[in-house]
Amino acid sequence: MAIRIFIDEQEVKAEPGESVLMVARRAGFDIPALCYHEAVESIGACRLCLVEVRSGARPGISTSCNMKAEDGLRISTDSPEIRRDRATNLELLLLRAPGSPVLRELAARWGVRPRLQPPPDAGIANCILCELCVRVCAALGHNALAAVGRGEKKRVGPAFGKPAEGCVGCGACLSVCPTRCIVMKDTPAARTIWGQSFEFHRCQVCGQPVITEKHRAFAIAKRGLPEDYYDVCEPCKQSQASQRFASVVW
Amino acid sequence: MPRFSSEKDLESYRHKVAAGRAPDRRAVAVCAGTGCKAFGSAKLLPVFEAELAKASLKGKIELRATGCHGFCERGPLVLIFPAGRLYTKVKPEDVPEIVREDLAGGRVVERLLYRDPVSGKAYEKEEDIPFYMHQQRLVLKNNGLLDPASLDDYLALGGYRALAKAFAMGPEKVLEEVKKSGLRGRGGAGFWTGRKWEICRAAPGPDKVIICNADEGDPGAFMDRSVIEGNPHSVLEGMLIGAFAIGASTGCVYIRQEYPLAVERLGRAVAAAREAGLLGENILGSGFAFDLRIYRGGGAFVCGEESAMIASIEGRRGVPRRRPPYPAQSGLWGRPTNINNVETWANVPWIIDRGADWYRAIGTEKSTGTKIFSLVGKVNNTGLVEVPMGISLRQIVFDIGGGIPGGKKFKAVQTGGPSGGCLPASKLDIPVDFDTLVREGAMMGSGGMIVMDESTCMVDVARYFLNFLKFESCGNCTSCRDGLYQLHRLFTDIAEGRGSEHTLELVEELARTVKATSLCALGSTAVNPVESTLKYFREEILAHVRDRRCPAKVCKALITYTINDKCNGCTLCAKRCPQQAITGTVKKLHVIDQKKCIKCGICLDVCKQDAVWVE
Amino acid sequence: MTPAAAPAVDTAKVKEILSRHPAGDAGALVNVLHDLQAEFRYLPEEALKLAAEHLQISQAQVFGVATFYEGFHLKPRGKHVCTVCMGTACHVRGAPKLLDQLERDLKVRAGGTTPDLSVTLETVNCVGACALGPLLIVDGEYHGNMTTGRLPKLVDSVLKEGKS
Repeated sequence: MAIRIFIDEQEVKAEPGESVLMVARRAGFDIPALCYHEAVESIGACRLCLVEVRSGARPGISTSCNMKAEDGLRISTDSPEIRRDRATNLELLLLRAPGSPVLRELAARWGVRPRLQPPPDAGIANCILCELCVRVCAALGHNALAAVGRGEKKRVGPAFGKPAEGCVGCGACLSVCPTRCIVMKDTPAARTIWGQSFEFHRCQVCGQPVITEKHRAFAIAKRGLPEDYYDVCEPCKQSQASQRFASVVW
Repeated sequence: MPRFSSEKDLESYRHKVAAGRAPDRRAVAVCAGTGCKAFGSAKLLPVFEAELAKASLKGKIELRATGCHGFCERGPLVLIFPAGRLYTKVKPEDVPEIVREDLAGGRVVERLLYRDPVSGKAYEKEEDIPFYMHQQRLVLKNNGLLDPASLDDYLALGGYRALAKAFAMGPEKVLEEVKKSGLRGRGGAGFWTGRKWEICRAAPGPDKVIICNADEGDPGAFMDRSVIEGNPHSVLEGMLIGAFAIGASTGCVYIRQEYPLAVERLGRAVAAAREAGLLGENILGSGFAFDLRIYRGGGAFVCGEESAMIASIEGRRGVPRRRPPYPAQSGLWGRPTNINNVETWANVPWIIDRGADWYRAIGTEKSTGTKIFSLVGKVNNTGLVEVPMGISLRQIVFDIGGGIPGGKKFKAVQTGGPSGGCLPASKLDIPVDFDTLVREGAMMGSGGMIVMDESTCMVDVARYFLNFLKFESCGNCTSCRDGLYQLHRLFTDIAEGRGSEHTLELVEELARTVKATSLCALGSTAVNPVESTLKYFREEILAHVRDRRCPAKVCKALITYTINDKCNGCTLCAKRCPQQAITGTVKKLHVIDQKKCIKCGICLDVCKQDAVWVE
Repeated sequence: MTPAAAPAVDTAKVKEILSRHPAGDAGALVNVLHDLQAEFRYLPEEALKLAAEHLQISQAQVFGVATFYEGFHLKPRGKHVCTVCMGTACHVRGAPKLLDQLERDLKVRAGGTTPDLSVTLETVNCVGACALGPLLIVDGEYHGNMTTGRLPKLVDSVLKEGKS
């Protein structure tokens, strides 16, 4: 059953338990967030999606990604406090990832300029430690990555800092990475990521890479696909299909 | 040890144990707490044994190793019963004299008595010593009387009587009694214990869990360790009563791995309680079943936070998660969970045994009962003190603690650990209770009380806590992880003479955001030490910033070591200087080369002539 | 001095320790790590891999947990362990001076081990023996009211014993 929440005094419909951030974005509110992805559980790491709760027992500033919608919830998405705290957290993130276009764009928009020294670079350059890669990798069943260490020494990566056990070279970690800081290199023959190379399985029609061999084996075993499922790439499958269609019609 | 199947069983056994123990029986109690053990108390026991045998007193005088007495500064402590005589700083070579003079001869060994450092007065009895006189011991009361390894000892002092009483009362009445007592959690924010139990009891799901938080993480606090080491059954009894009131059949004790002795003693107590039928099925014939497991922490301060502790028990990284849902709704293994700390649980048997009205009469209206503080730092009588809530800081630091050593001036007392704050001399007369401390910018926390004198630098202390916290942050939230890193860096700038007014502005700005936007209490309270320092010790910070001066002479970058004409040329400092920065010949004035000096302070420590000067 | 190679891990012993915990019980991870460290004094990579296999979780998960807790060590530790208590009481009574001195004398940073694996220098956040501060713990034995003057002798005696 749908419930109602109030965002900046505007009534918005939501499902109970839905992420407030998702509800707000759907209704067209612009709340920045870097560590959020609707496919995985929110952990509230980046601290940018701040809103101010104005109802209930615990009013005050809070992140919206890991806040669940409840009937009658009242929040505001903008206030001097929100802007101030969001700018400070953005500044801290920018110090970690000065090379990230997304962060630079946000910083330019809010007039944030770093005044502090960057923290020591313990892990991957430009990584903001949001763990989206870790969470997505786990959700896909590979579990190749983890948050490692804690506090200022926290970083993300595979076990023992070695080529990741369980990694199939699918590249999902990079595709969700907000700062695009994960290093992945594709050549016509293979993909290199997390210290390992993965040979490509090629399209039997056009010869283009379809998927890494290891990812192919994983997907076929896990999803029970036919052995030849990845033998032809999507564009070639489509053109084959349209050719079949044409031969029937004409 | 028989297995008790009913209250009658328990009482008749208690009667039997007590009958064998005349109140005036003679005994020697050697403190076996961590403090006294570190001073070598374990070596005393075999010597006592041998000497008692030699004096043909073996069997006539009982020899006991007991829990912590709290007066750790003076350890090892030895108590002579029934007189209640306390000998302090006892060494193995003192034992023959104690046996010969006191135990065999009935003469007091004057030189081993506690002597007041100021008045020089010697005290014979423990209870007359100012350190103990102003205390009101409840939770710690039996620590010095019983052998923590002996369930008999605990039973002889009335142990598990409250549990039997609770069974007779029924869970609702027990809950009412705890609510009425006004007991508040001794581990941090001081939430009402009865209310917390009630929420968990009311939560849907028959399969509830209780946890004892023994992850005493505040540096400078060790009361929980002492209670578990000295009287583990009192914690188990409190947990049993709580479990009965809440309706939980499973319990966990999450204990710091840094406390090996406490882990061992608790494990023994659990095994003894199980053997006696005080844990397990149908306890004392009540139909109530409860058992517990001990989990060792891995060494992470953040695991004192409830949701992080749950994650750790479940075998995961101790990262807090957003609440709600609260542990009382969905906690350990998804079950409704109630968490209290060691001291809170240990208060429960007293409340049930003596009643809520009796308990309420101790302390203040909104902070009832007693609180244990670990009084440490720059104070004469270091140790554990248990006092009624509402007593003033001054009474604790000066009447009980005996003031500051070496005639130095009191500067501040830090309460509440890394989430607390530093209170200055002008706050010495505030009553110590949950709400007043918070109002003044500090916190009760678990009860660490670190005294600081004029030679403690408040910039250095703030930097110390920031260093601690940036290291202990789980690293999830940007604000906490990177904010604390930056705050520490800014305080380092101040300590090293690179600070400016702009640095202070940045500090204040960052502190606001860390506090407002971090997920858990570690982050949101992490700036308390900073904010209280800015509030009460701004002048001292400004001395670092404006004058490049550290008034307490602590911050290395702002001080210099020189040798004055008191130097008699003993050459000791030159020999020990790791940098070979000191030159001089025998019987001639020595000189420190400031270019080579790394300000390690070793010359100051080794000089017997008081000739090394810090400015 | 070249760093001594990590000793080979007794796989049979690891498996014996793992068999005390139910296979597939991910919740036992922290306890498993404690038990492994009690045997090996650190957590060898090989043992962690076997633990992952036994508990049916990924190596990454095991590694993430093992590195989160300060009490777990992923590198072999020295024959002797010197631990400086950095609790607040010890701090105000001069613990940082002791740590500086040990770092200088042993030529390792806190958390490090001498190349010959004789001594590991560690810090701990508080062991609750605040009355004894500043406190140095050598191989589990507490040395209270430590001074920079008494420290070198104590360290020497430990090192000598190590060589004999």
